[in-house]
Parts: sequence; C-alpha cells; structure tokens
Amino acid sequence: MAIINLQNVTYKYPLTDAPALQNINLQVHEGEFVAVIGPNGAGKSTLCYTIAGFVPHFFKGEITGTVEVAGNESSKSSLHEWVLNVGLAFQNPFNQISGAKYTVFEEIAFGLENIGIPREEMKQRVEDTMKLTGISDLAERSPYSLSGGQQQRVALTSILVMEPKVLVLDEPTSQMDPIGTREVFGTIRAMAERGMTVILVEHKVEWIANFADRVIALHEGKILLEGTPQEVLTSDRLTEKGFGISRYTSTARKAKEQGFWKKEKLPVTLEQAVEGFVLTSRPIPETRGASG
Amino acid sequence: MNIEISDLQFTYPTGVAALRGISLAIAAGEQVAIVGQNGAGKTTLVKHLNGLLRPTSGSVRIGDWDTREHSVAKMARRVGYVFQNPDEQLFSKNVGTEVAFGPKNLGYSSDRVNSSVADALAMTELSEKTETNPYDLSPTWRKMVAIASIIVMDTPVVIFDEPTTGQDAANLARIANVIKILRDRGRTVIAITHDIDFCAENFERVIAMSQGTILLDGKANDVLGQEEILATTYVDPPQLTRLGKRLGFRNTVRNQDEFLTALGMTINSS
Repeated sequence: MAIINLQNVTYKYPLTDAPALQNINLQVHEGEFVAVIGPNGAGKSTLCYTIAGFVPHFFKGEITGTVEVAGNESSKSSLHEWVLNVGLAFQNPFNQISGAKYTVFEEIAFGLENIGIPREEMKQRVEDTMKLTGISDLAERSPYSLSGGQQQRVALTSILVMEPKVLVLDEPTSQMDPIGTREVFGTIRAMAERGMTVILVEHKVEWIANFADRVIALHEGKILLEGTPQEVLTSDRLTEKGFGISRYTSTARKAKEQGFWKKEKLPVTLEQAVEGFVLTSRPIPETRGASG
Repeated sequence: MNIEISDLQFTYPTGVAALRGISLAIAAGEQVAIVGQNGAGKTTLVKHLNGLLRPTSGSVRIGDWDTREHSVAKMARRVGYVFQNPDEQLFSKNVGTEVAFGPKNLGYSSDRVNSSVADALAMTELSEKTETNPYDLSPTWRKMVAIASIIVMDTPVVIFDEPTTGQDAANLARIANVIKILRDRGRTVIAITHDIDFCAENFERVIAMSQGTILLDGKANDVLGQEEILATTYVDPPQLTRLGKRLGFRNTVRNQDEFLTALGMTINSS
C-alpha cells in the first residue's frame, strides 16, 4: 500500500491566480526513494510543503483533491499530528533553525522536547543521529556560527532524529562540497533501505541517477514525466522544457548524431557512459592542456 | 587591475587559523574559480579582497591599494562581492531601487546611475522586473538581483561566492552569460564554486584550496585532471574529465567539445 497518496491535488497560494500545483496524482510506496526535478517555478517546493502538511495548514490558500500520508488525510489532521509522520528539511537551512537554542545539540533535541520524549532517550537519539550524519564534532557550536553546508547537515539531523515515516528534503545538499553531498546521499539511501520513505528535490542529476528509485519531473505545476532515473533523465522532453541534464546524457546525444554512441539508451551515470561511447582507432588528437 | 596577495595568514578571533600563508597573483581580466572542501578557507580568502577581513599577517593589494589602509566602503569601488545567500544583501522595496543603491552610494551622477542600472538589469534579464519587490521573486531570481546590484557598480574585480547554489539550468546559463560579458569587458572574475562542471565550462584558471593553503593553481585542464590531489580536498573532477580518463584519453578534457574532439568527432565550432 502507498504511504503517500495524492489524488487530483490542485493548490493555489493565497492572493494568486495561477495554481502552483495542478491535478497531481502521486503514489509512493514505503521505503521508496523518489527524486523530484524541475526548473525554477515548477512547483517542487510546493509539492514538498503539501506532503509535509504546510500546504494548506501553514500557507493557507485553496486546495482541492486529497492528500494522504500513512493513512491520514491532510485536510482532516492538524499540523502537529502530521509532523509525527512527516519531516521536512527546508531549502534554506537558515529558515529552519529555531533561534531558541544556543548549541547544535540542543537545536537537534528541540523537536523531541516538543513531543515530550524522556530526557535519557532524547540524549541518546540526538547523539546517535549526529553520529549518523557526521556532525558529532559540532555539538557545542552555535547553529548560527556554522557554514551553509554544516547548517544543512544540522537541519537534516534535526529531522532525522524525529524518525519520521516520510522524509521530505528540499535540496538538502545545495551548499555542500561533493564529498559532503555523497555522504548525505549515502545516509538518505540507508534510511530508505531501513524503510523510511524519501521525497527529495534535487538539481544534481548524477546523484539522483545513482541513488533514487524513481524520478518525477515537474513542470509548471504538473507532472511531466515519471519513471526510472534512466527513463526520465534521458528524455528529450527535459531539454525542451529547460531542465538541467547530465553531461553524460547531453554528450552521448551529440555523439549519437555522428555514430559515436552505440547503445539505444542514453547514459545518466558514469558507468553507463563508459559502456556506450565508440572509441575509434584513429590517433587521439591533442587537446588543450597538459597530459594526464 | 592586478591582485597581489603575499604570504597571507588569517586567524579568526576564536583561534581557528583559516589561512596559512597564501601567495597569489591574479592579473587584470583573469577568470578564476576557487574550489575545495567546506572549511578550506575559500570564503575567508575572498573576504580579504574587499577588506571585509584584514590579514593577521601578510598583505593583500588590489592595484596600488593595500586593503589594510582603506575602508571597506572605499574598497567597494574596486571589488564587488556577490554573497552566497542573496537574502543577506537585499533590502529595498523594488528591484530598480535595489540595483541603483550601489552606484548612488558611490556618488555617481544620476545619468550614470540610470545607464548603469539599465545595463546591469539587461545583463541579468531583470529589465521587466524593476518594479517587483525582490522578496516576491523566487530565490533563483533573487540571486540575479543580488548579482545585478553588484555588477552595476562596474568594479574592475567581481567576486561570486557560490553563484550556482540551488540554481536551475536556465539560471545557470544566465549566470554563465554574466561572467562571459564581464570577461569580454576585461573585468576580473573570481568565483567560489562547488559545481565543478560549471567551473570547468566557464573558467580558464582554477585554484584548489585545502586547510587554508593553496593545493593546486593553474590552467583549468591541468588542475581538473589531478584526480588524486583534488580528492584530498573533497573535489571530484568534472563529469567529462572523469569519463575521458575512464575511456583512456591521453589528455585531460573538461567540456563537451574537448571530449567529442578527443573521441574523434568533427565539431562545428559554434
């Protein structure tokens, strides 16, 4: 059974005419890792807010259709009931930090305090989750003294510690270096393997291709494409609509025109790319720069 | 306007030694990308270029100005700095006023302010949005407002701190275009970026930093091909560089044209 079930969801923010989401139908199974891609204004963050209950409970506005998570219907639940099942990490981690706590440790404990978790259990969960996300060394720092990438890890940790059934992440690694990104994707994948359901908005296509089970392409508030990473991320329609695509895909598409890509499917990962390019026996011409 | 950094050391009041002896010369009109792991000292380094930070020891010169001898307000005539988070620098009620603030503050004539604003808005594709409140725009467009409000001052040096963070494909192309126009006008552009593919496609010189020092500095192809050294500062080479290596290319390639040429394809130069 689907843990997330959106039926014909259409939503307008207050004082706007155009819907931010139009007729969205989406079912996500428990433990599935779904990536959401789309250009600016496609409705990605709004979709996150909808699954996380902020739409309509916090942002108000007009919603039609039904939003169900873990068997509860959004319109019939309060936000404080909803957050026990769904955790959202905002696009900008700065917006998420409570401002009420002096240290990272206390910040991460904030959600657990609010739901009345006993002190000893709370300490243990905070310590374990900080270890999982690799921020134990930041425990005594002020959340405001951290770099953007570190704040993003704190934001993610403060959600994971709540052990939500559904984890909604809006560009959780946008300010991280590549190795930080890899670690966070690894952590998210591991949470999905343990049965947590993950909805991830992300521009970094190569990471999606390597980690997600399914990709949803949003465009102007509607679902344009849905399928496996390779199906969606190599579709011609993405480039037409202004989506970012992998350099592997765009380069293979160009190579295919002159017969230098031999496979039917275009690649989205390095491994797929290594398999399909045609290497000629001709001497390799000199390119700019030094040998390597 | 040349930039000359000699044996720059900087220690934060907390005792963290963020820069441990940086020497660097950047010639007028160069396009330089700075890469490296979180905490490598990239932002600390560029904050020295407009005097937001002053050296603990060593010196930073922008042309004939030593940053220790001039106010940040004065340095703003020579070095523009686009912050990573646009929300840290925007405060006006509409885009037009926001973008005009810098040149007005520098005391330019109203004619010059008007023409600079029109030029900066055109470069950032904001000409249709002058009456909009920046906070009614999406974060990606707010980034363009932040960029416009800096390039409008027409400084010889422009710094971008993580310009690509959270940007979609269309906005990445807009930012790349701004950098190209600045290059064509002979401006020096220095950008910190984690987006190594963007770096490979838009910068001729790359500096890799690690733990407050410079690890690599050179032509983009030379630096981006050093997979093992880059890994020590948590940077992966660009996608096509890695692919070229796996396919056994003799030379480092960093963009689509170089890759396809190395593959043996004939490329129509565009």
